[in-house]
Amino acid sequence: MPFDAKTDPLLKVENLRAWYGDSQALHDVSFDVAQGELVTLIGRNGAGKSTTLRSIMGIVRNRRGSILFEGQELMGKRTYQIARKGIAWCPEERGIFADLSVRENLTLPPILKPGGMSDATLLETFPNLKARATSRGTQLSGGEQQMLAIARILRNGCRFLLLDEPSEGLAPVVVKEIGRQIRVLKEQGYTILLVEQNLNFARSVADRHVVIENGAVVDTLTNDELAVDLDRVKTYLGV
Amino acid sequence: MFDGITPQLLFGQLLIGVINGSFYAMLAMGLAIIFGLMHVVNFAHGAQYMLGAFVAWLLLSTLGVPYWGALFIAPVVVAIFGLVMERLILKPIAHLDPLYSLLVTYAATLVIEGAVRLNYGSTGLPYSSPLPGGVNLGFMFMPWYRLWVVVFSIFTCLGTWLLIEHTKLGAYLRAANESPETVESFGINVPRMVTLTYAFGVGLAGLSGVLAAPIYQVSPSMGSTLMITIFAVVVIGGMGSIMGAILTGYLLGIVEGLTKVFYPEGANLVIFFIMLLALIFRPKGLFSGEKS
Repeated sequence: MPFDAKTDPLLKVENLRAWYGDSQALHDVSFDVAQGELVTLIGRNGAGKSTTLRSIMGIVRNRRGSILFEGQELMGKRTYQIARKGIAWCPEERGIFADLSVRENLTLPPILKPGGMSDATLLETFPNLKARATSRGTQLSGGEQQMLAIARILRNGCRFLLLDEPSEGLAPVVVKEIGRQIRVLKEQGYTILLVEQNLNFARSVADRHVVIENGAVVDTLTNDELAVDLDRVKTYLGV
Repeated sequence: MFDGITPQLLFGQLLIGVINGSFYAMLAMGLAIIFGLMHVVNFAHGAQYMLGAFVAWLLLSTLGVPYWGALFIAPVVVAIFGLVMERLILKPIAHLDPLYSLLVTYAATLVIEGAVRLNYGSTGLPYSSPLPGGVNLGFMFMPWYRLWVVVFSIFTCLGTWLLIEHTKLGAYLRAANESPETVESFGINVPRMVTLTYAFGVGLAGLSGVLAAPIYQVSPSMGSTLMITIFAVVVIGGMGSIMGAILTGYLLGIVEGLTKVFYPEGANLVIFFIMLLALIFRPKGLFSGEKS
């Protein structure tokens, strides 16, 4: 059955299982993300949210089940092949290279597809980076590093973004700014799968939330459902 | 104690020091590049260096290819050998503890050296200098070929350093040293980059071998005697630091040469003494940019 961009989800994850060595981290994860949608994976520490992103990206290689992107199976593909299909990943630890300048960090990812953000638009969206172009990657503040990590994956033309806890460890005012930037990306038509523990942040940007617990999906709510049933989710998160 | 030290002796030893330093620098640089990306301590580096010299000798004695041809062909042959070696024996164990690759490359050394010894014996094979003669500088005699080696190795080291520090390709390499996963997630074929980097480092060893052929004898064990010193150089300079490996290589060659003048008994020990001090006071290396 060929992929129909109008009716089929952009990403369809089915019965995803993954292992770190002998220990199974994902038991049964199924969800999908529609074109242009912003979906969060929420859950406690160690629930399997980051592992889900890393499995989609092929960083965790010991995985089973099915991951369809634009109708194509990603199982058995190497990370660089998955990236070339148009998926970009922003790791939890941000992955800013200490040995490279901000400019080198920004321009490191090669252009994979046409339609990536121009450098001008990029600096307009992330004004903080302009002034720091020649600084070493690690001289940036946590917030600037996060912005650089996101900005870096927008030039290469990938339209599906995996963002792993962009709000983690940042001051509230910075989290707000990153939230604004993510909403801008959504308006520009990017499809985003966001891992989050910060419920307020997740609510401020998302269309839908997938709750993960002990390596399995236990609930799915739209952002509106979350607003009326906040307690239900707070139980999952243990807050 | 400085009685009897003539300019001829001093500058003669200094030249030998710089020549040795050129080989230390080129070999240590290759090791540092390989270690930085792959975390493989390439124990086969000395055998690959020997292969470079040996291929040059074979090219000359069987096909009549002169030195200047061998200077290009032999490193390519040795690099291809490295490429095959990475695919066949290093890639399958890449996910294991670095100790395994160390043992595997050491085993490769024994096999390579043994194979050469079996077929060509263990005595040195002569390789005549492509640049005979030299110039009398007044205070010392400078053979043309040695001058060529020093100049060529400096350019090779600087060229490699520029490639790694100031090109896009080098930026990929430096980034992959820090986080290969992130670099691969940008759509870059990191496994292929690893293979080519190993081949490049091995090719550098082969190139050093060709340079060495007219100076030292071409023999199966020419690499293993050198390698102990090279590892000391890499430890002192800092594993994975390219410029550190280059500078330490030249510096230690010169220190070793000067020790031969002023305290000959200590010449064989001085590098290891410095290594000891470096391990105590700057265990991450002189050029690692950070202490302990």
